[in-house]
Amino acid sequence: MQIEVNSVKKEVLPGTSIERLLARLNIVPQRVAVEINLTVIDRNQFNQVFLKEGDRVEIINFVGGGGR
Amino acid sequence: MTVINKPFVIDGVEFQSRLIVGTGKYASFEENKQAVIASGAECITVAVRRVNILDHASENLLDYIDPKIYKILPNTAGCYTADEAIRTARLARAAGITNWVKLEVIGDTKTLLPDNEATLEATRVLVKEGFVVFPYVSDDPIMAKKLQDAGAAVVMPLAAPIGSWLGIRNPYNIQLILEAVSIPVIVDAGVGTASDAAMAMELGCDGVLMNTAIAGAKNPILMAEAMNNGVKAGRMAYLAGRMPRKRYAQASSPIEGMIE
Repeated sequence: MQIEVNSVKKEVLPGTSIERLLARLNIVPQRVAVEINLTVIDRNQFNQVFLKEGDRVEIINFVGGGGR
Repeated sequence: MTVINKPFVIDGVEFQSRLIVGTGKYASFEENKQAVIASGAECITVAVRRVNILDHASENLLDYIDPKIYKILPNTAGCYTADEAIRTARLARAAGITNWVKLEVIGDTKTLLPDNEATLEATRVLVKEGFVVFPYVSDDPIMAKKLQDAGAAVVMPLAAPIGSWLGIRNPYNIQLILEAVSIPVIVDAGVGTASDAAMAMELGCDGVLMNTAIAGAKNPILMAEAMNNGVKAGRMAYLAGRMPRKRYAQASSPIEGMIE
């Protein structure tokens, strides 16, 4: 099934958890935050929330910036 | 001699340094780290951005700016609506480090001045959700008071427009803000050099926040040290109590006992 991660289309198996998705993308779950269809996902739920066809996933982290 | 230096406390966290620094525009993470050390800052602001899933770097900013050592202050830089800023703040908190947020809602791309109305609206929502909100706002005492009433932890009036490095354009308004609110006042945006930071502190501000004034200097690490000293000097001068300005001269040597 197809999902979008940070606006990039990705094919994942049905039943893929956020934890699995992050592992597949080589992203360490520490220090990132995940939103699915505009809802922020509790980081303790990464292994219990499963992706559905057409989900729009945002994965963010902290970068240098801001402050003037 | 001792003077009463009110501790710099935000949300129960006491800081020795009254300087907050940003993490943008550095040549490398290492340079950023060295500048942070030289600045003496203990609170560091960071931006919230998408992980580049196609080519994400192995190193992360937080490998250099350790959240166990520094208080991390995520910001909503780049947001133009209250909704965008609220969404960014929620994501920042979900990263699991802090519930603090430097709230920026920008009004337009030409001036980068804050949208005060949207900032107030977002402050109300985020305070209700348990965030410790640091709103960036115009140097407007009325708005500063409204933000305090909305539950903001501090208020951060601009010195001058973002990236203008003009220094404090309206010290009288900053003073009015200091009189209007009881929460800490931190000058944010427009600081260009150490004397600008000193001036903010001499006015009685509780702190100063800056990024590119340091990162964009020819020697960022030396400028970080200058800012560290500027903030300290300004604070000391404020506590010491300056002489009032006068229009005429006053001799400092005795006028009695002159040779005749």
